[in-house]
Amino acid sequence: MSVTYIDAIHQALAELLAEDDKVFLYGEDIAGKFGGAFKATKGLAEQFPGRVLNAPIAEDAIMGMAIGAALGGMKPIVEMQFADFGTLAQNQLGNNAAAHYYRTGIPVNVTLRMPCGGTPGGGPYHSQSVEALFAHYPGAHVLCPATVADAYYMLKQAVQIPDPVVFMEHKFLYRWLKADTWLEPDPLPIGRARIARPGRHATVVAYSAMVPEVLKAADELATTSGYQLEVVDLRSVKPMDTDTILASVARTGRLLVVSEDFPWGGVAAEVIARVSSQGFHLLDAPPLRVTSKDTPIPYHPDLWRAHRPHSGHIIEAARYLISL
Amino acid sequence: MEMARAFDSKLSALYKAGKIYGGVFIGRGHEAIAACEGVYLQKGRDVYTPFIREQAGRCAWGDSVLLSARCYFGSTLGIMRGREGNVHWGNPREGTVATISHLGAAVSVAAGMLIAKRMQGETGFAGVICIGDGTTSVGATHEACNLIAVEKLPAVIVVTNNQYAYSTPNSQEFACKSLCDRGTGYGMATHECDGTDFLQTLQVMGCAIAAARAGEGPQWVVANTLRMCGHGEHDDAAYIPQALKDSFADRDPLAVARRQMQEQGWLSADDIAAIQTECADEVQRAMAQVQKEPTPDPATEDWSATSWKPTRY
Repeated sequence: MSVTYIDAIHQALAELLAEDDKVFLYGEDIAGKFGGAFKATKGLAEQFPGRVLNAPIAEDAIMGMAIGAALGGMKPIVEMQFADFGTLAQNQLGNNAAAHYYRTGIPVNVTLRMPCGGTPGGGPYHSQSVEALFAHYPGAHVLCPATVADAYYMLKQAVQIPDPVVFMEHKFLYRWLKADTWLEPDPLPIGRARIARPGRHATVVAYSAMVPEVLKAADELATTSGYQLEVVDLRSVKPMDTDTILASVARTGRLLVVSEDFPWGGVAAEVIARVSSQGFHLLDAPPLRVTSKDTPIPYHPDLWRAHRPHSGHIIEAARYLISL
Repeated sequence: MEMARAFDSKLSALYKAGKIYGGVFIGRGHEAIAACEGVYLQKGRDVYTPFIREQAGRCAWGDSVLLSARCYFGSTLGIMRGREGNVHWGNPREGTVATISHLGAAVSVAAGMLIAKRMQGETGFAGVICIGDGTTSVGATHEACNLIAVEKLPAVIVVTNNQYAYSTPNSQEFACKSLCDRGTGYGMATHECDGTDFLQTLQVMGCAIAAARAGEGPQWVVANTLRMCGHGEHDDAAYIPQALKDSFADRDPLAVARRQMQEQGWLSADDIAAIQTECADEVQRAMAQVQKEPTPDPATEDWSATSWKPTRY
């Protein structure tokens, strides 16, 4: 019996609704028999009447409504149909929800689920990774689960956090990533990165769908060349567990950061800035990054595969880094 | 209304004396509209989203001018504790939205507060959401008004048409014949009043708020006036034609309300004079007190933007 990443999200949503009557779901096409563009909420509207609500196509108002509901004592979980459209809710999330605690002393308990990342044929506006945009504003936490268990536990933990939480769910992982169960004996808390694979020749920091891509590259490099990459799965990009990254770099002396997002001002740049400023003395070589290209995300699968980092790019970068 | 006018006048004087950080935004010409919203609402039961010229509404809702003064002066005893200024304050626990500068963003927030009340089984509540002629152009306003209509929320959208969005006249702001058409487009019941006519405004707001409270769905009220001041106190409003200003010379809502209250036999000239003295004294005390209150200290400030923090190793 195997479960997928989206099964874990569905299970977490069902449990959150069952455990806390303040929780409700709000988004486009999520209610009724349809159950959302990716079926993350399928069956939940019937199971929890009045607590899974369809919204008009109005991303700004959806987020604003959730803010008001949270201020009124509820714990809304919002689904953006695609993370790309989250930019239309960014003013409400960044300037309103995230700023509210500092301005007023009252945190806004909203969880914003955003199906993100590329899939073949997705094109420029159904593929983006917008975590850096949302992490930029002070006051929100931004989570990027890369395993089935993290998809389950981190979503449940997200709703317990009184602040706005942006939950980035990778669309490619939805049905591709499988595990025997979403349960884990000792789940990590939010804010802690995970050593996904121990190694000694270089540290590779990744998150979301880049974690399985990096693990694939690490296995291949170990087989072909005997290099052992240490893979750090960030899990949450904000808060960022700089301690775990620095400890790993202290062991390996080399840093490669892999992100599916665009290069300019992204999470990869933030990791490199932190390690360069706090752990420059730990580095035996300049830190490197592999990101997608600085163009809109192309539609044709052949272009898309070249645009997005894959294990081939990662192996090439890791070999170069180790050669320095 | 008298309290708001006294507060705004004092605030303007303090601004011109260089005592206020940033801008000052007063409600001269808006007092009847604001007061007639707030007077029908009950703190703790209802939702109120004041706009930038709503001091009279805040007073009618039951918030003292001291709370507004604390926001302007950045007092740490205020709700915003120096982290926010001027008109950007609210107390969501009591039902007011702490609005942000982005116009229209508060409309959906108020909708969410109403939905939370409905989900939690509360009854008999209503919400007044204040916007201006300029705010009707903002996409967020449209999204939120449509959502409010779809959800049939007990909301009253008050559109104060003061004819100028900063310096932009109505003719450059919208092309529909009347802003009432917008409400009709959302499927809301619409109302219109002369916002300088206190009695008419009181009656129209009363009907609209009662209808929303009774479950008749969202109501759209266009209240017409002229902004009888600059956008902020830094602005002399020279772009408003003198002829237009002159045509409103005898329509100051305060003067109209004083006259109407006497005609109705609700207040005598002496009563009004006594109220004015009382308001002037309270404003004076609030302004004196707030300037003695503590201001934030960067060294002891909690520079955390989140209430939750990860546990470290």
